[in-house]
Amino acid sequence: MSGIDLARFHQTFFDESAEGLDAMEASLLKLTPDSADAETINGIFRAAHSIKGGAATFGFAAVADFTHLLETLLDRLRAGTRAITPADIDVLLRSVDVLRSLLDFARAGRVDDATLAEGLSAELRALLDGPASAAAEKTAPRADRSAAGWKIHFAPHAGLFASGNDPLRILRELQRLGECRVVATLDTLPALDDLVAETCYLAWDIELRAACDRDDVAEVFAWVEDECALAIEPLTTAGPVPAPLPANVAQAALPANAGTAAPVRVDSGSIRVATEKIDNLVNLVGELVITQAMLQQLAGSLDPVQHERLFTGLSQLERNTRSIQEAVMATRMLPVDFVFSRFPRMVRDLAGKLGKQVRLVTSGEQTEIDKGVIERISDPLTHLVRNAIDHGIETPEARAEAGKETTGTMRLSASHQGGHIVVEVADDGRGLDRARILAKAAERGLSVSESMTDAEVWQLIFAPGFSTAAALTDVSGRGVGMDVVKKNIEALNGVVEVASETGRGMRVTIRLPLTLAILDGMSVAVGDQVFILPLGAVVESLQPLPEQVKRMAQQGTVVRVRNEYLPLVDLREWFGLPGTKAAPHESIVVIVEAESRKLALQIDDLVGQQQVVIKSLEANYRRVRGVSGATILGDGRVALIVDVSAVVRLFSQPLAA
Amino acid sequence: MSRILAVDDSNSMREMVAFTLRSAGFDVAEAPDGAEALELARKEKFRLVLCDVNMPRMDGISLVKALRELPDYKFTPLLMLTTESGPEKKQEGRAAGATGWLVKPFNPEQLISTINKVIG
Repeated sequence: MSGIDLARFHQTFFDESAEGLDAMEASLLKLTPDSADAETINGIFRAAHSIKGGAATFGFAAVADFTHLLETLLDRLRAGTRAITPADIDVLLRSVDVLRSLLDFARAGRVDDATLAEGLSAELRALLDGPASAAAEKTAPRADRSAAGWKIHFAPHAGLFASGNDPLRILRELQRLGECRVVATLDTLPALDDLVAETCYLAWDIELRAACDRDDVAEVFAWVEDECALAIEPLTTAGPVPAPLPANVAQAALPANAGTAAPVRVDSGSIRVATEKIDNLVNLVGELVITQAMLQQLAGSLDPVQHERLFTGLSQLERNTRSIQEAVMATRMLPVDFVFSRFPRMVRDLAGKLGKQVRLVTSGEQTEIDKGVIERISDPLTHLVRNAIDHGIETPEARAEAGKETTGTMRLSASHQGGHIVVEVADDGRGLDRARILAKAAERGLSVSESMTDAEVWQLIFAPGFSTAAALTDVSGRGVGMDVVKKNIEALNGVVEVASETGRGMRVTIRLPLTLAILDGMSVAVGDQVFILPLGAVVESLQPLPEQVKRMAQQGTVVRVRNEYLPLVDLREWFGLPGTKAAPHESIVVIVEAESRKLALQIDDLVGQQQVVIKSLEANYRRVRGVSGATILGDGRVALIVDVSAVVRLFSQPLAA
Repeated sequence: MSRILAVDDSNSMREMVAFTLRSAGFDVAEAPDGAEALELARKEKFRLVLCDVNMPRMDGISLVKALRELPDYKFTPLLMLTTESGPEKKQEGRAAGATGWLVKPFNPEQLISTINKVIG
């Protein structure tokens, strides 16, 4: 029993502390001197309190000491003996950072670095008006010793049992300290008829023969010191041999402890599962979907009347397979709050640094999205938010001049629309500057004209290396531009759109598939092969007239679509498939777009739109240039998914060049 | 043998308490806050309840008060885990009907010895 290794609880402690700190930070960011509601402060206090308790228990002294200071400050805020100031919130936020570092140290198994918390500890102490006020100062124990032992008079109040205490337990404990001679006083014991079983009538005189401190004795009575008359005096004369402890003094008055109920298991409501296990499940379900589609196709040749029961079974199988697929996909889903939650702090810090006032409003935090997508939209979103605060939202003075509220508003929202998730980053800043973008584009050699629509102009900001920032700031404009944002989103088969109104603000809308495991695709046929084009990349398809197709000296074949010359790539040629090359005007051309560049793909036929389960080609075969993955069709054939970005990069030049 | 109910909003503390008690041969149920503890206590009679003071939804003091009002818990030992060694919290706990307290930080040995004192 003894020798339990506390290290086994460390991981849980670190995990919950990290969660606690996140929650503290989020609450602190919501806190302003005028909106300091009791429950928020209580929540922050509880988080600090838990960390302190755990740290002390599991032996992380530096964390415990620092949290103690923090907790003292929070306790005063909680009790209302101290009004909350912006400086307090600032110190508390920095305390969260210090605690994170201290915990990282502890987690890495390194020695606590006291210097890490030194500066802030001093600040906290200063806020608390000096360390003398610490409530935890204990009074020095009275080292009152008695060689012979102690004479104790213990007369519990009548209601002692109501606190769950038991005189017998106390007497037994005293006996552990040394030999006891116990005499019960029966003076107040009534006649049996008048006896109330829940009342304590007895009192005891005890002679404890042990050379212990008075405090050791008092400690035994600590829980009941307010519920009894107690006198502890040094024993002077050696008494007679102690009588054995009566075993059943209080037994009569004890409540019956019978009655066991059926055990109830506490369910925490969730379990942690390794991502690979879920991915494996997703894969297996993919296989199941394919098998089901295959069976369906095989049954197509049978007579539905003759095989009615088989058909009923198959349609049931289809329904169940879909349900399983949806359920399994749902296990990979996380609320988008996982990304959103990092922004309040970032917005606060950034606005402070730039001397701007920004309010962040988030909505739809509970919208669920695939874990893989979440991880990969966090960087683009960070970039967009930085951009909006740096370039979009004006300084308070400029805003006042423009007749706007001095505090700018950033809106982050997420919602489900069809099979997609839509994330919006909007600000009420100055909006995009059409004239400046056009000038900059012309300067960079892009062909632009005044007649371009706004939407076309806004698209220019996604051109590689495009930035209209007058000066590179510390915050954004360090060469990572909107083109990277767009590229990242497109890599997820997503779409980025921009809307802007001069002087009113700008809104970037990101549309993403719910999951990376399923793709909305357009299937196209080349000979007897089927290829899948991501639907998000498809602009249009057409059958070109002979005069629309031209051979260019260096660029191969191009096709002219609405005054744009797009490179034409024959998929048959590209993948080296057998069959005779058809003239473009006798085939179908699909216009695809990626990374702001367009390309025309020549195919034989459009097959249709369908959702496909993505399989990794790399894991099952090897990497193939121009192919992002594969899927298995209902008839069991493998179809390659075209990596539009890769093909576009190989064949095209910038959009309007 | 009826069980012990351990109530703490901190997973690590609850795990530690539950693991320690189990390894000492006790049967333990767990709850993350007062409200859930009270719900469990209504369904099953525990022989001892060990609860934290600061918890969301229902704190330890309120839990003790509510438990003492249940006929089944009139005399049941209710121990509070407290970091506040100051007198007010103890006084508050006592007034609510707590049997006693265990001051954090404590180690597994101290926990076992306190529990054994009460129900051993």
